[in-house]
Order: sequence, then C-alpha cells, then structure tokens
Amino acid sequence: MKILVPVRRVPNPDIKVRLKSDGSGVDTEGVNFLVNPFDEYAIEEAVQIVEKGGGEVVLVSIGTADCEETLRAGLALGALRGWLVETDEVLDSAAIADVLAAVFKEESPDLVITGKQSVDTDNNQAAQMLAAKLDLPQACFAFKVELGDGKATVEREIDGGLDVKEISLPAIITADLRLNQPRYAALPQIMKAKRKEVKKVSLGDLGVEAKSATKILGLAQPPARAAGQIVGSVEELVDKLVNDAKVL
Amino acid sequence: MSTLVIAESRQGDLRAATYNTIAAAKAKGGDFDILLLGSGSAAGADSLKEFGAGTVYYSEADAVAEYTAESYAKTAAALVGEKGYTAVMMGATTTGKDMIPRLGGLLGAGMVSDVIGFDGANYLRPMFAGNAIATIEVNTPVAVMTVRETAFDAAAPSGGASAVAEAAAVGDDRAKFIEYRLTESSRPDLGAASIIVSAGRGVKDAEGVKQVEALADLLGAAVGASRAVVDEGLLPNDLQVGQTGKIVAPDLYIACGISGAIQHVAGMKDSKVIVAINKDEEAPIFEVADYGLVADFAKAVPEFMEKVKALK
Ligand SMILES: Cc1cc2nc3c(=O)[nH]c(=O)nc-3n(C[C@H](O)[C@H](O)[C@H](O)COP(=O)(O)OP(=O)(O)OC[C@H]3O[C@@H](n4cnc5c(N)ncnc54)[C@H](O)[C@@H]3O)c2cc1C
Ligand SMILES: Cc1cc2nc3c(=O)[nH]c(=O)nc-3n(C[C@H](O)[C@H](O)[C@H](O)COP(=O)(O)OP(=O)(O)OC[C@H]3O[C@@H](n4cnc5c(N)ncnc54)[C@H](O)[C@@H]3O)c2cc1C
Repeated sequence: MKILVPVRRVPNPDIKVRLKSDGSGVDTEGVNFLVNPFDEYAIEEAVQIVEKGGGEVVLVSIGTADCEETLRAGLALGALRGWLVETDEVLDSAAIADVLAAVFKEESPDLVITGKQSVDTDNNQAAQMLAAKLDLPQACFAFKVELGDGKATVEREIDGGLDVKEISLPAIITADLRLNQPRYAALPQIMKAKRKEVKKVSLGDLGVEAKSATKILGLAQPPARAAGQIVGSVEELVDKLVNDAKVL
Repeated sequence: MSTLVIAESRQGDLRAATYNTIAAAKAKGGDFDILLLGSGSAAGADSLKEFGAGTVYYSEADAVAEYTAESYAKTAAALVGEKGYTAVMMGATTTGKDMIPRLGGLLGAGMVSDVIGFDGANYLRPMFAGNAIATIEVNTPVAVMTVRETAFDAAAPSGGASAVAEAAAVGDDRAKFIEYRLTESSRPDLGAASIIVSAGRGVKDAEGVKQVEALADLLGAAVGASRAVVDEGLLPNDLQVGQTGKIVAPDLYIACGISGAIQHVAGMKDSKVIVAINKDEEAPIFEVADYGLVADFAKAVPEFMEKVKALK
C-alpha cells in the first residue's frame, strides 16, 4: 500500500506567539519551527500500516525552502521519500488542497493521512477540501483505523464519544491525538533521512495555479483578561465566588 | 446576500450549536434559510419555524438518514447551487469541522474556521491557540464557515413562521455510517454547562477523578479534562478541553491540577470566571485565573464541597 502524508511546518506551538506591531503577521524572530504535531500521528499511522502490510510512505510538504528541514524530520520517522513543493506564496487551505491534489495525481496513493489540524492556523480544512476536489471519501479525527479489502473502517473522535465509519479506498484520513503514540527519531534514522530522496518541484512544475480563496487582512491581540488574585483559603475562595463573582 | 445555516441533529435531537449558528447568521445580517438533514428532520424542521428563517429545508431520505460528510456535503452543495446562497455556516462541532471544508471543496469556496464575529464583509477568527484574532477576507462568490458556539448566544424563537420544504438528498455509497459509540453520562454537556469542573494530571488517578466528579455533581456542573488526563484513559476523549478539543466558555470554570499549557488555556480562557487549584504557585494557569488557590486539590476539593453544602 502506498500512503501519502502531507507535513506542515509550524512555529513551535509551546511558544506563545508575538504579533508584529502593525498586525501584518507574527514575529517569528527566534522561534523554532517543527513538524505540525498532528502530522507526526499521521506519519506514525502510515509507517505502522506499511510495517505490517508492506508498501511505502511518501511525504509532501508545501512552502518555502525551509520546509526541507521539516520534511527530513518527517522522513526520520520512517517515511521512504518526499516531495517538497517550493513556493514563497502564502497559500490558504483551498490552495494547499489544490497542490496536494496535483501530487496525489502524480503518486496515485491508496491512502492519504494528514493531521487533523495545523496547530498554527487551527484551520482543519485542507484534508476535507482535498477529498472533495478528488471526489474521494474521508474519515476525519481518526481514533482507530482498520484496513480491509479495498476499504477502511475508522473510529472517529466526535462530540459525545466516537462513531464508526466505513469508507472505500482510496480515501483521505485525518489523525487525532489518540490514534497512536508517535515514535521519536533515533540518531541513525535522522542521519539516514538526510540522504533520502526529496523531489523538489515548483507550482509550475506541477501545473497548479494554487489560488487562495481567502486572505488574512491582519492579526490583532485578543482582549486581555483582567488580572486575577490569589486567595488564601478555600473559605475565602467560596466567599469571593458567592459575593463578588456571584457564580455560586 | 443570503445565508444557509446548516442545523445539526443526532439521533433525532437538535444539537445546541444549531441555535448559536442561527444567532451568527442574524449577526451577519441578511436573509437566511436553514437545512436540517437526517432521520427525524421533518419534526426538527418544524421546531425551527419560529427563528426567522425564510425556508427550513429538511430531508429524511435514506441517502442522508445517517450523517456522512460525503452525502451531507453533496446535498448541501446542491441546495447552495440551486438557491445561490453567498454564505454557508454551521457550528464548529466535530460534524461542522468534518463536512464544511468538504462542502467548501465541492463549491470551490473559501472557508473560515471558528468565526467569532463579522467586520463588514470580513470575518474574525482566532488563530495561534487564540493568541491572535485574524481578520479574514473571502474572495470567492460563496463563503463557507464554521462558527464558534461560545461567541454567539443561542437564538431564541422570534415568532413568525418559516416555510418548510423538502430538500433533494444526494447519497454517496462509498462512505457508510456504521454506529455511534457515545459516552453515557448523566452530567450536562460541556458545551451547555454553566459550570465546568476540569481535571488535570495533578488529580493523578481514578480516585482523584472521582473527587472532581463529586464536586461537579454537587454544583450541577459538567466535567472537563486536560489532554494528559484523557491520554491516560482516566476520562473519555470528548471531555478534552482545549485548542484541539472542546472550546468552552461557562460562567465558572474550575481547573483542578491543571498546569495551564497554551493548548489547554486556548479552550477555556473565555470563561467568565476561572478558578485554579494547583499546588505549584508558579503554574501558568494562575495567569488566566480570576481566583487562584495554591493547594493540594485532594484537600481543597472536599473542603470546597463542605463550604458549598453549608450555603445550601
Ligand atoms: C502568520 C501567518 C499569516 C498567514 N497569512 C496568510 C494570508 O494572508 N493569506 C493566506 O491565504 N494564507 C495565510 N496564511 C497561511 C494559511 O493560513 C495556511 O497556510 C493555510 O491555511 C494552509 O494550512 P491549513 O491551515 O489549511 O492546514 P489544516 O487544514 O489545518 O491542516 C490539516 C493538514 O493538512 C496538511 N497541510 C496543511 N498545510 C500543509 C502544507 N503547507 N504542506 C503540507 N501539508 C500541509 C497537514 O497534514 C495538516 O495537518 C498565514 C499563515 C500564518 C502562520
Ligand atoms: C498537538 C497537541 C495538541 C494538544 N491539545 C491539547 C488540548 O486540546 N487540551 C489540553 O488540555 N492539552 C492539549 N495538549 C497538551 C498540553 O500541551 C499539555 O501537555 C496538557 O494540557 C497538560 O495537562 P495538565 O495540565 O493536566 O498536566 P501537567 O502539565 O502535567 O500539569 C499538572 C499540574 O498539576 C499540578 N498538581 C500536581 N499535583 C497536584 C495536587 N495534588 N494538587 C493540585 N495540583 C497538583 C502540578 O503543579 C501541575 O501544574 C496538546 C498538545 C499537543 C502537542
């Protein structure tokens, strides 16, 4: 089975972002970039499937030349080779889906597994848009994936619990946090990943226009919460909740 | 300029996010219709007649009796094509997050996730775990979006009577709904509760979770959790509060043994009053708490319960 996994380069999610003072974007000075954490679950799932049943895992990352670093970090987790679609343009989910659709057509994978959302944009869009554009079934927020003959049975994390869905392959699956436990890349794997094949292409090479349907006009600071207070005892806490906040 | 609101029901019951989404459509302005699909949607459509919509569409056809993103997105796309809506909105529930981008893909429409407000023709939404509010322009003829429930107070019936009409259902047999495996709970929904008591890794074990649950039950509250507690299997997945779980904004949020990671805070920082009980005075949760108590939760929670009982 051939599995395509898109990986996205995101600013370290554990560092609180600073906005540029003119609101045109975020200040990435001194911020390190990582593989989108959800994509590590996607890679892990793909690698486990291939370890069990054979096949190959192919990665694709879209963005600036820096994405090669992201791609190699992903390759160190067990993927075989990768595509780097280089562009300096800022693409929205619709455009990302167009590019992924073009790579899909080059590779004809049996399955695409993505993360459920990018932790920078929190969009949660690209995979479903890709599925629609390719007219393929989807199973989002996967908790458990079982592959059968030409189909996949997927338990999905939904409000209120889980549901179970059966889809025919090829299909698009997005990974949620309980899908597996992503491995850490060991040094030999990291070294090996440096030599793995990365095919660098431009949007023109793929023949996609990748037109964004949305544009971020500006970013603003959310309203700050008023400063709170430390209370000295449970008694004081309950008193404040009853008499000041009036929520009990 | 007209909007299609996609209402949501599960096993015949309308889900609360429907009313927040109607409120969002009203806040955006212009006319709106509603689409409700699934078994029981005829009765559901009837109950939505007094919310100010032009027409409430429904379908109970086999093709859409149970939810799949494939069939629901196709059915909605057909209605959008026929009626020429310029905006489609649905709550940012797991169903909305699943089907709306697919609908966007079918329509070639730009999408905005988690809309919290409108600025003229543009949309406001949080990004970077809620640490930035982005203004988004959509430059396709149709804009599709999910709306954050906590940003819009649920709409109440405003009288009048919408037309009710059947929509043409479109199926997709490559995707099949098999079953729900829902968590049984007698407590209020995280989305609907006015008080939430949340457990973090600091509550340690099943015994600690029980204490948190007892407090929740005393207050008539919902129980929430940090990712750490869910990953350890101490509470079910759907109780995870945070950037990548449920976004909540109750009147009172009580965090027990939660450190206050960026991803957790993103899901609860719009709560009206936040209480943090944590034994580490340096824990970042105290930066967002209105009232912080530096204490061992195992001692503080029972004492808190005593004091509350004494009030009653
Ligand atoms: C500060 C900032 C400003 C921006 N400004 C603009 C702007 O003005 N206009 C604009 O159009 N866009 C802008 N963007 C970018 C835009 O928001 C995202 O690139 C776009 O939304 C695509 O990712 P996504 O959020 O849809 O991913 P999601 O749908 O949340 O991601 C789901 C999955 O899709 C895959 N995926 C997503 N992106 C990629 C990728 N690049 N390569 C490979 N796989 C991927 C991953 O598997 C990921 O887990 C900006 C981004 C930032 C950080
Ligand atoms: C991709 C991704 C997505 C994520 N999404 C989410 C999300 O949606 N929601 C979420 O919550 N997390 C999310 N996380 C995880 C997040 O980064 C943190 O790891 C998590 O929130 C930590 O949970 P915690 O606060 O319960 O545990 P910890 O950070 O371990 O904190 C435990 C706290 O308990 C305190 N404590 C210990 N003992 C006691 C005691 N006896 N009494 C009182 N206090 C005590 C400690 O002082 C400490 O502050 C995500 C992470 C990633 C990578």
